[in-house]
Amino acid sequence: MSGSIQAPAIDVRGITRVYKARPKDVIALAGIDLEVAPGEFFGLLGPNGAGKTTLIKILTTLLLPSAGTARIFGFDVARETKQIRRIMNMVAGGEQSGYGILEAREQLWMFSQFYGLGVREGWRRVDELIDAVGLGEQRNQRVSTLSTGQRQKMNFARGLLNDPWVFFLDEPTLGLDVSAARAVRELMVGWRAAVPGRTVLLTTHYMAEADELCERIAIVDRGRILAIGSPAELKRRVQRESIFRLELDRLTGGPASLARLPGVLSAVAATPVRADANSAARPTVAINLVLHQDSALAGVVAALDGLDAHIVALAKSEPSLEDVFVELVGRGFDDEGDPEQPPRRAVEPHEAGQPEPEEANR
Amino acid sequence: MTAPGAGQPRPALAAPVLPAFVGRPTAGPREAASWTPRQVIANNLRSVVGRAYPRIRGLTREPSWVLFEMLLPFLTTSSFVFVYRALDAPQAYIGFVVLGGAMTAFWLNVVWMMAAQLYWEKDQGNLELYFAAPMNVMSVLFGMAVGGLVMSSTRAAVVLLVATVVYGVTFSVSQWGLLIAVFILTLAALYGFGMMLASLFLMWGREAWHMTQLMIEPVYFVSGLNFPVGRLGLLGAVAIALIPLAVGLDAMRQLAFASTGVTGTPEPWIETLILVAMTVIFVGLARILLHSMEERARREGRLTVRWR
Ligand SMILES: Nc1ncnc2c1ncn2[C@@H]1O[C@H](COP(=O)(O)OP(=O)(O)O)[C@@H](O)[C@H]1O
Ligand SMILES: [Mg+2]
Repeated sequence: MSGSIQAPAIDVRGITRVYKARPKDVIALAGIDLEVAPGEFFGLLGPNGAGKTTLIKILTTLLLPSAGTARIFGFDVARETKQIRRIMNMVAGGEQSGYGILEAREQLWMFSQFYGLGVREGWRRVDELIDAVGLGEQRNQRVSTLSTGQRQKMNFARGLLNDPWVFFLDEPTLGLDVSAARAVRELMVGWRAAVPGRTVLLTTHYMAEADELCERIAIVDRGRILAIGSPAELKRRVQRESIFRLELDRLTGGPASLARLPGVLSAVAATPVRADANSAARPTVAINLVLHQDSALAGVVAALDGLDAHIVALAKSEPSLEDVFVELVGRGFDDEGDPEQPPRRAVEPHEAGQPEPEEANR
Repeated sequence: MTAPGAGQPRPALAAPVLPAFVGRPTAGPREAASWTPRQVIANNLRSVVGRAYPRIRGLTREPSWVLFEMLLPFLTTSSFVFVYRALDAPQAYIGFVVLGGAMTAFWLNVVWMMAAQLYWEKDQGNLELYFAAPMNVMSVLFGMAVGGLVMSSTRAAVVLLVATVVYGVTFSVSQWGLLIAVFILTLAALYGFGMMLASLFLMWGREAWHMTQLMIEPVYFVSGLNFPVGRLGLLGAVAIALIPLAVGLDAMRQLAFASTGVTGTPEPWIETLILVAMTVIFVGLARILLHSMEERARREGRLTVRWR
């Protein structure tokens, strides 16, 4: 028997996957190593065709790897499928499962029977979950008449029926409007927090989603993991300096008076962007501060007193995961064209005075 | 100090911990993954019911099925009744036709709602979820059959009743017990056949589906839905050996119209044994096909994987 109490929730070693296809075979995964701890909220971030779905299919026992091994809580995905299927569940974006003629709660009950719940236990659980995902009013509505957002909430309820220990989510907010996507994200977070040890593997090609939800992220492209780390760690990879945007009520001596301070690499004036009525009444001075590291900020704040300046706003300008991707891959995230996404790299205020990244190619 | 992202700080996600999210307490993943044999059996039995459920609920929700599975068989039956009447055929022939018409409901159900079903479920994404769930997919297939049976039984009963009354059919049953047994076995073999077709078509896809559509009429013919299959000689014998509808109908005909001596086919008890053998073989084949299909799907990544 393999595995132990300490087994990682997901343990992937040297997984490759080749699809036989014409005109030539597709290498969907080209050697993936990955370890996700129990209780972790882990994200796979990558563009379309990166291999995210392929990895999920392998982990959910629906597809065999061409080489390598993968284990879920110690159970082998190739051989111990029954065990894995009892403790995991999955939801994909745009999922159209079930039967349109059923009512939402009937459909969920049907799935509860597949997942091992008792007949009455199934109905009870379904009713609880329908309310929890916010479908109370649609409980007796035909599945075929649900809106996209309602449909996905129902899919979520389905995925939660068996209280999975590992929950695989393959682009679960794909095609949802802003509020439905947010509702779904809240569900993920709330559900996972309810019981310690529940593990979530989320794939997405939305940077902000990965950033917001995941404790750790693997950036994947063309079947390879390019980097793994927390969102903050990943961003640090591309930018060693720390950048702050400082807004003061006034600054006698101008930005130059800050640039002289220890640990400050540069301090340049930025255009104030605060659009509210308050700032219109009292103009402020905005400065882009580039520091050697965060700790230098203390000296700056202390010095402000002597300069008779007061802080109106202070925000750290971090590089986005997008910057990380560009840095790692040498091309934009959606360069292969995704009509759903707005053009990337819209001008953000912090980019004005930002120094060129040092190591443009890795 | 952790700072929010540049420009627009995102409000943190509100994450209420609802009691419903806590769910059933289990000791841990390894414990939750080990089921007793009882749990496994219960899971599979409930899965049969679970998959039969949408079909049974659908009975009252999908009026078009009523048209297909009641009106069509009834009309076909009626046309033969009128032909036989015009030809002054023996009254027993009209009885055959009515019985055949009732059984048509089951055959149509097998063709339309069994054979292509898994293929359709694959397109829908259901198949993937079924494979990823803990039960055996055979239970889903059984559930489909049970649901289909319940669905068609109501229709078959209506056709049989209405036609019997309208066309004044008289039955002369010699052995009720055997007749009922043959009826049940015919259905078992028929739906076993449907289960096998379902697995087979999953592998062959759309072409196979067109093939069944082509098969409907010839099967009617060689099954002797509208005349005793014994009249077909060798072809009839082959049909009896291969097609559950043909054997079952012939056995039922012999038992339900005992007084009329249409001969040329095996005795009812032999046909009963043939039906038992068919059921076992078809269900067994369905199982083998389904499992080898699953293995193949996992290897080749082309059957359950819906990509893009
Ligand atoms: N069943 C399949 N047969 C052939 N190629 C496939 C199949 N599934 C996926 N692919 C290919 O494998 C690569 C990875 O696909 P996928 O895992 O779906 O990526 P992602 O989910 O990240 O968009 C893509 O190039 C895709 O075209
Ligand atoms: Mg995908």
